[in-house]
Parts: sequence; C-alpha cells; structure tokens
Amino acid sequence: MDGSSNTVPNPDHSDALESAVVRFAGDSGDGMQLTGGQFTLATAVAGNDLATFPDFPAEIRAPVGTTYGVSAFQIHFGARKIRTIGDMVDVLVVMNPAALITNLNDLRRGGLIIADAGSFTDRNLRKAGYEANPLEDGSLDAYRIIPLDIQKLTQDAVADCNISNKEALRTKNLWSLGLVLWMFERDTGTTLRWLEEKFAGKADILAANKAALKAGHAFGETAEISAELPLYHVPPADIPPGLYRNITGAEALAWGLTAGCRMADLGMTFCSYPITPASQLLHVLSKMRDHDVLTFQAEDEIAAACAAIGASYAGKMGVTSSSGPGIALKTEALGLAIATELPLVVVNAQRGGPSTGLPTKTEQSDLFQAVFGRNSDAPMPVLAARTASDCFDVAIEAVRLATKYMTPVMLLTDGYLQNASEPWRIPDLEKDYEHFAKERIVTEVTDFHPYDRDGETLARPWAVPGTPGLMHRIGGIERADVTGNISYDPDNHQKMTDFRRNKILGIADDIAPQEICRGPEQGVLAILGWGSTFGPIHRAVGNMNETGLAVSHIHLRHIWPLPANLADILDRFDHVLIPEMNDGQLFKFLRAELLLEATSLRKVTGKPFKVHEIETAAAALLEGSDDE
Amino acid sequence: MNETSPMKPLGPKDFATDQDVRWCPGCGDYAILKGVQKTLADIGARPENTVFISGIGCAARFPYYMKTYGFHTIHGRAAAVATGVKLANPDLDLWIVGGDGDSLSIGANHLFHLLRRNVDVQYLLFNNEIYGLTKGQYSPTSRAGLRTPSSPAGAMEQPAHAIPFALGAGARFVARGGDVRIKELSETLKRAHAHKGASFVEILQNCIVYNDGAFGHIMDKDKADDAQIHLENGQPMRFGREAKKGLRLKPGKLQLEAVTIGENGVTEADILIHDETDRVMAGMLAAMEGPDLPVAMGVIYCAPTAAFDQQIADVMGRRNPSIKKLQNLIEAGHTWTVG
Repeated sequence: MDGSSNTVPNPDHSDALESAVVRFAGDSGDGMQLTGGQFTLATAVAGNDLATFPDFPAEIRAPVGTTYGVSAFQIHFGARKIRTIGDMVDVLVVMNPAALITNLNDLRRGGLIIADAGSFTDRNLRKAGYEANPLEDGSLDAYRIIPLDIQKLTQDAVADCNISNKEALRTKNLWSLGLVLWMFERDTGTTLRWLEEKFAGKADILAANKAALKAGHAFGETAEISAELPLYHVPPADIPPGLYRNITGAEALAWGLTAGCRMADLGMTFCSYPITPASQLLHVLSKMRDHDVLTFQAEDEIAAACAAIGASYAGKMGVTSSSGPGIALKTEALGLAIATELPLVVVNAQRGGPSTGLPTKTEQSDLFQAVFGRNSDAPMPVLAARTASDCFDVAIEAVRLATKYMTPVMLLTDGYLQNASEPWRIPDLEKDYEHFAKERIVTEVTDFHPYDRDGETLARPWAVPGTPGLMHRIGGIERADVTGNISYDPDNHQKMTDFRRNKILGIADDIAPQEICRGPEQGVLAILGWGSTFGPIHRAVGNMNETGLAVSHIHLRHIWPLPANLADILDRFDHVLIPEMNDGQLFKFLRAELLLEATSLRKVTGKPFKVHEIETAAAALLEGSDDE
Repeated sequence: MNETSPMKPLGPKDFATDQDVRWCPGCGDYAILKGVQKTLADIGARPENTVFISGIGCAARFPYYMKTYGFHTIHGRAAAVATGVKLANPDLDLWIVGGDGDSLSIGANHLFHLLRRNVDVQYLLFNNEIYGLTKGQYSPTSRAGLRTPSSPAGAMEQPAHAIPFALGAGARFVARGGDVRIKELSETLKRAHAHKGASFVEILQNCIVYNDGAFGHIMDKDKADDAQIHLENGQPMRFGREAKKGLRLKPGKLQLEAVTIGENGVTEADILIHDETDRVMAGMLAAMEGPDLPVAMGVIYCAPTAAFDQQIADVMGRRNPSIKKLQNLIEAGHTWTVG
C-alpha cells in the first residue's frame, strides 16, 4: 500500500482514516447514480462530512458496454470538513471493462478495484478496447484487484424471488452497494427503507432488491474471500451541531430562490426551457406550487426570458434559467429588462462550450458573457455560488438585489454545482436571515412617474398593472428621465446611461466586504477563485498552511460589481494566483478592472480541479518568489 | 400628475395619452387607434386593468398612445412577454399589437404558441404587407413579385397568410377587419374581447408610404361590396350590392363558390349559413382571397375552450405561502442531527 495515503485499510480498526474516495462506475443503465446516492445517504447518517460528483454521459442510454456509455458517481467522505470530491480514488467499483478503462487513471496506485468479473467477457473486453483481460494479464499489478462474479452472485441471491432473469440482473448494483456498505461499516437500514418506499406495491421487485443488497453485505462478512477484503473505518467528522440534510446545488437554488421570494413577500414565476445541466431547477420548482411558485415551460429560451420579464412587469419575481447557449439566446431580452429596469433573476448553470460543447461536463467559461455579453452599455449584477449549499444563500441575495435595485441579476452556477451534493445545515429561515423590506411594489404614490428614482439606490418605482392611478408606459426605446416617455434627446441618453451604470456600481456598498476565507491576512501568495473551484482551492490552501506555507484563499461571490475592498486586499499579497475552469476570464477581467498583476491557472477538461494541481501551481509561485 | 380613473363612464378620449402620435400622416394606424379607443369606451374597460403590449415596428408604438398600462418590448416577443404577464395576473385585460413582420416573421414562433396555448389575450395583427419602420423591405405577407429595396427583381417568396396560420396553430377565435371600416372593426374587437382565450384579429392596414393601395382591390369603396363578405353567425353568407350574391358549396365538391341569387336557378335557400364553430368551414373561408371569392371579414371562427392562464390559475388556487411552510419543506425528508 501507498504509505503516504490517507486511506489505509485496517482490519483491526486500530486507527482510523481521515477520509476516503469511492467511485462506482458502470454502464449508464447499471444504476450507478442510484448506488452512489444511496451510499451517500448511509455515509451522511454515519456522521461523515462528504462531497459527491456524478459524472454521466450526454447520451441517455449509450450502447451497452461502450466507453462513451460509462456513468460514474464519486463520493469523498471523511472525519474532517470535506471540500472537494477527492483527487484520487481509493476504491473503484467497476461493473464492466469499459468502466475500468475509463476510470483507472483516477485510481491511486495501490488503490482497490472491485470488478464484476462476470461482465469481463471477450465481447465486452473488445468493446472497451482491451486485447486481453486486465483482471488476469498482470497489467493491474500496481493496484489491488478483487474480481467477483457479481452477476452470478446476484442471480443466486435472488433465485427464490419471483422475477425474470433480466430483472434479477438489474439488482446487481444493490449487491455491489451492500458489499461497499459493509467495507465501510455502514449498515443497510437507510437503503432498505428507501427501497420500501420506491418499490411500494411491487412486492416481487422489492424482495429481490432487498435480497441483493443484503447478500452483498453478508458476502463481505462471511464469504471465504473476506480475508482479502479490506475493511475501512472512517469516524464521524467534527462538524457544527444542527439539523442536517443532503442537498444538491439544484435543490439549494430552487429553495433559495423561493426563500428569497418569501422574504420579499412575492410570488415567483419561473420560466424556463429544458437544457442540460439547468433543467433540474425546473423540475424541483415545478413541485413547489404550495409556496406560490408557478413554473412555465416556454417554447424557447427567448420566450422563457420574455415571459419572466412579463411576470416581473405584472408584479411577480420573474426568474429564468439556462446554460450558456440558452443565455446567449436570452441576451436581447436581458437588455430589455435592463432598459425597463425590472427585477429578474437569471440562473446560468454553466457547461463546457462553445456551441453545444460538453453539455454534461462542467466549466466556468461564461464569466465574460455574464458581465459583458450584451449589446451596448448594459450592466447587471453577477453573482457566483461556490458550493451546492451556497447556492441557497446566493439565490436569496440575487432576489434581494433584483427587487431592491430593480435590475436583472445573473446567478452563475455550473454543471458540477447543479449535480453535486453535500450535507447542509438547515438554516432557521426566520432567525438566520435579514428579511427584506416587504413593500417592494408601490400602490399609492403622489405625483407618480415611472422613472422617478430613489435617491439612495437609484431604483425606479415598481408599479404594476391593476393598480389604479399608476398607469404608465415603458419600453425598450430610450426613456426620458423621470417621465419614461420616449426620448431621443442626446443629453438624456447620456444621463440615463450614467444612471444605469451608477445604480449597479452602487451595489458595491450594499454587499458584504470581501473576506479572506483561509490563511494569513497578508503575505506572499493569495489564491483567488470564484464559483465551484472553492473546494479544491480551499483544500489546497489548507494543506499548504499545514506544512507551514503562507498561502491565503480569497473567493469571490460578487463578480459584478466587485466588492469595494477587493483591490486593497489583493494589494497585501506579493502574488495572486487565479485558478479557473476557463481560459483565464477572471484573470483578464481583474487585469482590466484593477490593473491586477496575477498568475492564471487554467483548466478546461470538463472536470473540477484536483487539489494537487493547485498546490503545484502555488508551489511554483512560492519557489519563484524565494529566488527573487 | 397621477392619471386618475374615476368610476364614471369613460369616453374614447379618456383612453388617449398626451403623447404626440408619430405615425405618417394618412397611415391606417390612426383609424385603428381611434377604433380601439372607442371599443374600450364601449365595453366599459378600466384603464388600470388594461394592458397593451407590443413588439417592434410601426404598429408596436401603439401602447404609447393608450392611457392604460403599456409595455413596448422587443421585436417579435410581445406574445412571450404577454404570456408572462397573464401567468402573473390572469385578471388583466391584455391586448397585443403587432405588425406582419413582428407577428409572422421574427415572432411567428411565439404567436403560434400563444394561440395553441390559448392564452386569454386579444392579438391584433396590423397587416400592411410591408416593413414600414425599416423603410420598405418586403415582409412575410408581401405578395410574390413585390419590388422593394431588398427585392429589386420582385419578391420570390410565397406569402404567409395570417388567418390560415392562426387556424393551423389551433386558435379558437379568428377574425378579420380593416382600417377603413372602423365601425365593423370595433364590433369585431368587442367580440374578440368577449371571447375567453386567445382572440386573433387580422386588420388589413394601408401603409401610405411604402405599400399604398395594397388592399385597394378589397377595401376601395367601389370594390368593397363585391370583394368582401361580412360574416354574421347564424346568418346566410351573402355579399355584394343589395346582398344579391352569396356563398354555397360547389355541387359534388368540398369547395366554396360565389353565386348570384336569381341566376342559374340559385335561390336564397342555396346560400350557406355561417356557423362560426365549424372549423372546416373556417378553413375554407380563411382561404378566400379573391378575385372569384370575396375576402371574409368579421368573426370567421369562434369555438371557446379553457384558457391556458385560467387553467394554471385554477391549478395554483389560493396558496398561503409562508416562511414557516418553507421551513417545513426544507426540514422534510431524510435529515439527521449533529451534536
């Protein structure tokens, strides 16, 4: 075994692991996402902190046994705060040769492979591109392999159940889950309860699934092979007390948007068009009618944005969502919302691009689009969520800014955040948040004019159709200051452009000052990030601090306007490293805005940063700095 | 100044704003504006509850001249914005105004979906068969061969037909009017307003600058009697001076023909009765473009069904959302306690 690794099997439980990374991989029809999800629940119940990452193909059901049809689910869990999905996998469960060949690179040397040997047939080996069976030819000598005929073991386990052979084989993921649960000392209770709910009314299927799960668990304990099976002990993490649940970014966003609307006392009209990886938000919100959330699946991205604007015009919190290509289509409508100064929240779950790009893979390459991507001078606030649970708070902030400043707000997440899950300490919505002023919509105004601005925020009044006495006309043609009537007056256009700019810039004084979230307050090196790179940067900085290196982590929530104190904070460091899952957009943006001299670290492989990639880049800067 | 809306009956002028109307002198839009203002007065519309929404084009300036709520949006998207408004507040009385380019070119997609969803609005399509605001290019309804700055050799495209398009989209109220027959247009608009669901009205409108006389063969006084038929539900479909002409089915064919009562053995009994709920007949009436058959005016098709926004409002019902209820939601399902 690799002695430097955190993860060492210890049959006698003499000492405990700090953390472990497990990945389940199989055909997209093998139920790997379900298996991972259930392992996640059992792990959360066992008291570990955790982070997960589903990695599935764009094709819904790619041909069986092919490499492009492989679906995987990774979970990193431990006795400490878990910030990342884990750089290297400790235990890899593969249901066929294609899953092995596509995932082996991420397994650390000495790591464990549990393979369904029954599926390593000549045909499947050829499909995956193997010339010989890797389980037998010695090519995996750097790892520990436990080949098991899981298909056969599952068939035996469910032999007494009244189901077809095809149905029997479909339970092999539960057999595997049972085995891994045993390896990590988790019991099967959580999964058994979940199965009973899922298969209520399907007694035969339920019995088979339960039998498979229990058989896998029992196999670990009783089978002759059990001496070879490692047993891992990961004790509970030291996490703050409270009531917890697992939450994905999409759920956190949906609930956060709804919470923001409740705090503003507004109904939500959510208008969207299906697109990966944003659709999950539509699915979650469409079940939230009880919370005055109306969802509308529009005919296209443009209609979705326009309908949301129409809803805001009529007095609801209009929200639209998409991913980069869809946001591009909404662009003209966003200009209308900026011109008519209506509240709107636009969620962009970023994915790899340009064009269709990598629909199911993550990237954060829409920063320029969010900040600049409209015709003319068209500023709007841009926020970015850093973790799945952070989506909740950022969504509330987006609703607050949109309604207080009468502006569209862009909220950036990404494919990783949408799908990733983590434990979330459930907040007290009454006590933990400052509820915003409720009277966002005006009903009685003496001498009403639609562009009569608030002296402090520069926001115009929100008067909605149906209100007697406040009839007015607004539109995309430049509006005269105060009256809103059509105006082509040159000085007026200058004035209104200035208003639109200054209104958004003024938000910098209404947001939390930038903080340094880890490491010294000043020094040699700060690593500056935004969005879902939070986890790997935070872990890397933590690791380097532990070894005595002075490195700090600064993470932006507000991309535009930038926090007022950001330049001062960055000034305190000799070097700034900016890791991004794009080709250097924040780096260039801050160069333009702050004349910041920084080092850019870029990665666009469709996968999150690994901790060591950031450590390596930081170490290079520190070494260079020693030479000076 | 606050615009007040006293509960006393309002006249057409109470719906006019103080803004200068900026259409070209002689534009058909002036007459339509007057017709709409008169219609609103006649039906007792409340300005605070009335919304005009438009896209881009000459016609789309309409909301600025109406003393109601108004939203001048972006090219082609009025139907989409209006759908959002009705989802947010189905009680609003919503009128959409668009030209032929706005409605049938850049915005055809949204118009199609507005009609098939049956959103409860009145959609007024001002059809002048030309792009006016951009200075005279051919439009999707321009006739083949029309010479314009962008089609110097004559437009080579076949035109879109508004009424068959609306029927094809599944519209449940389809009507036609014209800018020189304001009295009839106003009656049609009242029917459109009374219909719950999407009401589609094509208004033939003359562009005096770029396509003057495009509808002269239908609308000119000396031709109108023979070139138009004014439909009335339950009444024989007669037209022409002294209503001597009528429509009947060609014997042995599913085709309409124009006949003259008293000629060739045709009697009053041969003339078809207009049944505005008959979708097949509506399709045939929609296809009439002259010269052998008159152009259908008035309500061509009206067969109400549940409106989209009302259906959604019914499903939403009266919810009593609260922070506490949301707290319960986020605490429901699988949770665990630490510490």
